[in-house]
Amino acid sequence: MTNVDKTANEYKNRNCKNNKNLINWTAGWVVSIMVVAFAPKYVWAFNTLLSITAVVVSLAVGFGMLLANRRYLRGLDEMQQKIQFDAMGLSLGVGLVVGLSYELLEDIKLITFQPEIAHLVIIMCFTYMAGIIAGHRKFQ
Amino acid sequence: MKNRLKVLRAERDWTQAQLASALDVSRQTINAIEKGKFDPSLPLAFKAARLFNMAIEDIFQDEID
Repeated sequence: MTNVDKTANEYKNRNCKNNKNLINWTAGWVVSIMVVAFAPKYVWAFNTLLSITAVVVSLAVGFGMLLANRRYLRGLDEMQQKIQFDAMGLSLGVGLVVGLSYELLEDIKLITFQPEIAHLVIIMCFTYMAGIIAGHRKFQ
Repeated sequence: MKNRLKVLRAERDWTQAQLASALDVSRQTINAIEKGKFDPSLPLAFKAARLFNMAIEDIFQDEID
């Protein structure tokens, strides 16, 4: 039992820490995107230098988020990694297929509005979440 | 693939959470392996064999046999 007790909660603690780290980086990235989207118009009246700085900071924070996500995924065990991998594959596939078809809808006059990238991101998010839930149910 | 993980764990009076901690995986993964829904990788199978001080084939067996 010594070996069992000694390592108790190490996996859980590591993932909890990685998860919090990823949440912080993601929150920071969302804030930086909001700054890039709204601050040039409402805060600094399209000052070029400040806008470039905001974009560079947002890219840097986004890169930090990617690294945090990589650390999070590497910290998971092999079954959890498989669930994530399957969900990401599903999300990417659906995003590609639906995204290209959606983009064509306006060209062939089936919709009257301009297709938005945000709609595709929403579809990919929902597909990813569905994939995660399906993966957990599969191995339950 | 069949395995004797549940029996070996019960013999030692360990919980799934304790075994999961010892193998550095989640409790859900231990549950899935015990139920035969997930086949562990070779490194994880070796780790389990080391923990139980047994040969790998004494814990995991191919169902084709």
